[in-house]
Amino acid sequence: MWRWLHPYAKGEASYRLLGKMLPWFSVLAVIGVVVGVGWGLAFAPPDYQQGDSYRIIFIHVPAALYSMGSFTGMAIVALIALVWQIRTAEWSINAIAPVGAVMTAISLFTGAVWGKPMWGTWWEWDARLTSQLILLFLYIGVIALYHAFEDKRTGAKAAAILSLVGVVNVPIIHYSVYWWNTLHQTSTITKFAKPSMPMSMATPLYIALFGFAMLTAALICWRLRNEILKQELHRPWVQQELLGDNAAQTEGQ
Amino acid sequence: MIPRRKKRLGWTLGLVFGVAASLGLILYAMSEQVDLFYTPSQVHDGLGADKVKPVVGQRLRIGGMVVEGSVQRNPQTLEVSFRVTDTGPEVTILYQGILPDLFREGQGIVAQGVMIEPLVLEATEVLAKHDEEYMPPELAEQMKGIKHVNPNSNEAYNQDGGSP
Amino acid sequence: MAFESWHDFIAMGGYGFYVWLSFAGTFFALAGLMIHTMLVRKNLRKLCAQEAARQQRLARRKQQRSSKA
Repeated sequence: MWRWLHPYAKGEASYRLLGKMLPWFSVLAVIGVVVGVGWGLAFAPPDYQQGDSYRIIFIHVPAALYSMGSFTGMAIVALIALVWQIRTAEWSINAIAPVGAVMTAISLFTGAVWGKPMWGTWWEWDARLTSQLILLFLYIGVIALYHAFEDKRTGAKAAAILSLVGVVNVPIIHYSVYWWNTLHQTSTITKFAKPSMPMSMATPLYIALFGFAMLTAALICWRLRNEILKQELHRPWVQQELLGDNAAQTEGQ
Repeated sequence: MIPRRKKRLGWTLGLVFGVAASLGLILYAMSEQVDLFYTPSQVHDGLGADKVKPVVGQRLRIGGMVVEGSVQRNPQTLEVSFRVTDTGPEVTILYQGILPDLFREGQGIVAQGVMIEPLVLEATEVLAKHDEEYMPPELAEQMKGIKHVNPNSNEAYNQDGGSP
Repeated sequence: MAFESWHDFIAMGGYGFYVWLSFAGTFFALAGLMIHTMLVRKNLRKLCAQEAARQQRLARRKQQRSSKA
């Protein structure tokens, strides 16, 4: 396995692999998001007590789930970056953090907009909402640390440590609704028991979850490709990749 | 694994578990502060090991289920009173203002306000709490016999009637 | 279809403002992230072209110097 994985520690091989995966993720993301969210918006039945306002769930739950999933993924690459000191893993931290931060922001925003008509408030400092807000700050901290040092590897190391320590917040977010009294409901589908939703609502939600997974993966691939190019900017293969025919032309003159 | 890596793996995992353990202890110690609200039983019996009961004039949040048939409204002044419960003890909530759309008898709510009597809360804010169950209206009527009506609609006033 | 007409769909049973606000927010956040990613690549291209030009300049100067000598 190590022999197989080894080339991907090098920038160019990873860049090519990500380039092969990116179109698949993108196509599946568009299909999943359009079908799942479209179905949820127009075809799923309304909820008995929340009416049509519950349709926000079709973006709120996927965004919230992958805000936590991205952080967990970031903590795993952070561990690899710290222990094995593989550069692609270090760069992945900076590729994942902005995507996760945007997912967290979406979950907080859609949650607030949903909370206003249903709960009667945009925001309440309960354990779930507060821990999710802390997740956003952790993402921002990771991004800031990554860029805070003159020496890029020191920055990556600092960001990796914060990712690893911060991952402790992920189970807290998930179990906050069980451990404490919160305004937020407990889990509808992200649990081991049967979902508390009939299939007419759960099916589009599962499709939306798949679509958002692909979307998150595509965004991370895309940003990691950029990060690899940025880090290896002086290498000939990057010049060939970015300037392509253009470079050949100027040489011809 | 080469020893250098083993050592790095050791201290990184040590760091994570250390932080997790200390944070766990802090949250465990603070768990009553982390709770958003008191339940009516806690108000009734007192909170924690020392059984501290809230005193009249104290600001707090109470969360519980609205007792069936306890909602009384005054359509002229938007005044409403109802009782909330969890496992038995009840607390009366007085409130004046617009109720959240989810408010209904049997629904979970969180009320913030001041205790004006040992078991009466004058609320400045009433929030609705809903559970994790979602279902179409026909199914809910069939299975639970619940037909949700927006609490601020005319229909809701006619249903409950009466003034507090 | 859960709605009778386009008008009903937009109204979302009275919750149209909240539903569409949350969808608009999500759309703009994701679009912003994608535009940022594209801009980063565009910027990298510019930096790379500068770097390539610099390398070429250096090479030319080296050549001139060696031909003079």
